Amino acid sequence: MDRKDKQKKGSGEEPCRKEQTVWEQKGISRRDFLKFCTAMSAALALPAAFAPKIARALDDVKRPALVWLEFQDCAGDTEALLRASSPSVSEIVLDVLSLDYHETLMAAAGRQAEENLWKTVREQRGKYIAVVEGSIPMKDGGVYCCVGGRSALDIAREVCGNAFATIAAGTCAAGGGIPEAKPNPTGAVGVKDAVPAATVINLPGCPLNPDNLTATVVHYLTFGKLPDTDSRGRPLFAYGKRIHDNCERRPHFDAGQYVEVWGNDAHRKGHCLYKMGCKGPETYHNCPIQRYNEKTNWPVGAGHGCIGCSEANFWDTMSPFYGRLPNVPGFGVELTADRIGAGLAIATAAAFAGHGVISALRKDKDSEGKKEE
Amino acid sequence: MEKLVTRYVWEWPVRITHWVNALSILVLSLTGLYIGWGKTLAHDPSQYVMGWARLIHFVTGYVFAVSALSRIYWAFAGNEHANWRAFVPYLFKDGRRNMKDTFLFYTFFRRTAPHVTGHNAMAGSVYLFIFLLFLLMIGTGFALYSEHAPGSLLNRTFGLLLSIASNQTLRLIHHGGMWLIICFVINHVYSSWLMDVKEKNGVISSIFGGYKSVPEEE
Repeated sequence: MDRKDKQKKGSGEEPCRKEQTVWEQKGISRRDFLKFCTAMSAALALPAAFAPKIARALDDVKRPALVWLEFQDCAGDTEALLRASSPSVSEIVLDVLSLDYHETLMAAAGRQAEENLWKTVREQRGKYIAVVEGSIPMKDGGVYCCVGGRSALDIAREVCGNAFATIAAGTCAAGGGIPEAKPNPTGAVGVKDAVPAATVINLPGCPLNPDNLTATVVHYLTFGKLPDTDSRGRPLFAYGKRIHDNCERRPHFDAGQYVEVWGNDAHRKGHCLYKMGCKGPETYHNCPIQRYNEKTNWPVGAGHGCIGCSEANFWDTMSPFYGRLPNVPGFGVELTADRIGAGLAIATAAAFAGHGVISALRKDKDSEGKKEE
Repeated sequence: MEKLVTRYVWEWPVRITHWVNALSILVLSLTGLYIGWGKTLAHDPSQYVMGWARLIHFVTGYVFAVSALSRIYWAFAGNEHANWRAFVPYLFKDGRRNMKDTFLFYTFFRRTAPHVTGHNAMAGSVYLFIFLLFLLMIGTGFALYSEHAPGSLLNRTFGLLLSIASNQTLRLIHHGGMWLIICFVINHVYSSWLMDVKEKNGVISSIFGGYKSVPEEE
């Protein structure tokens, strides 16, 4: 009920003038609200002076409608958003946005729910934000994922195509993710590949970090545009640096202290997980700084190597997750490139040693001639 | 027995790039093996074992790249023995004959090694592949190195490789390339020793001083 009231206010026939009380109604003190704004300016890598600007924007802006579509997904990104230990400001920022459609969260069901979605698409054309979670199957006319009798591709074309912008939340929506891993039976792709005409910002991660989603929305509310992105459409504030370069275990990497067996002394002391197959050196994400679950921890902090979940095709290209190098095709599993290479070098040395022995035993004309001289 | 005379064959850029390449390969292989191996060698976080190994690897990588590219330049600017034609002998009649004779010598069907002033035909054709391998190592190496600075000039230049193959595939190629080069080095040292002994052309000392012993009539 509460949410419904909020939506009416958010979709805003009347100008939003009493936002401060809205925050207070939600149990967020002014102080906490300003702390949140400062944290957001830090997440966006903006100077602290921007915090008041963000606060003003969140107070004043007429919040746009937001629809959240789920396709081939596990709802893990929704879970990441909801599993905060206490109702967080970021949850409420998304809440106060007029969340018109979200399959996991909405109270409406059936035709009524679908009508909410299409009403927003019709009435807020070019103004609403679409969040997509999950990949879109393209094979066989998209029959592998249908919602309300329409294929995911069909829905995405209409909803994302008419949105102000689409946020691809999580790795599946950003690039196909796990459904797209070989052999990709459904022909799964990310939103940008399914709907090339849409304005898409990719927030990969398995799950995405809700802080990055909130920061992207806050950036839009504050500046009226989406943040700058890299060549893969990922915002630079969150995906501009390698995990390896901001990792708390980096000093152990540079020193030369590695975990070599799970659970050994080095592992307990928090040494570098490089040798255990950590993909931090090739993964761009702000996990070491933002962390997950209200900044409680993140995989490497908990003693597990990074698996590169925010990179394209990570399931295929980052595996084996517990080895430094991929397996060599045609050779057995566990036979690393270096063992094959060393074997090749030994075989070469043996071959030439054999050749040398034969050559030494053989008398050639010149050496016979030399004896005569 | 034919009379041998000494002749200046390898010009100084050939000799310098040869030795810079050789030393770079040694240093790059040792540091590269450690970087890939990741063995705990430090007892204290204040040490910098991997840090130094990587720094030396990257600096030597630049030295190697400059040296390899200089040698490629010299294949167009140097004398006939340094020229690119020596690396594609099978395109020329003399080269094909020389290649056949060398092959027969290596497989023990022929007792004497054919005399050549510059590279023998088989060696020359292998060097072409070795230089392609060098370029592959330089390309994959800089592509992986550039990942620390996304959007930089280096990253934009070598990022093409990362868009063709995944990071992990490049790593695999970079490791495999090292082992192929090590196999080549074993072959190279052995063959030059063999030719030095059998052909009596002073090929091993020639890479220091530049002079080779060749039959008088050539």
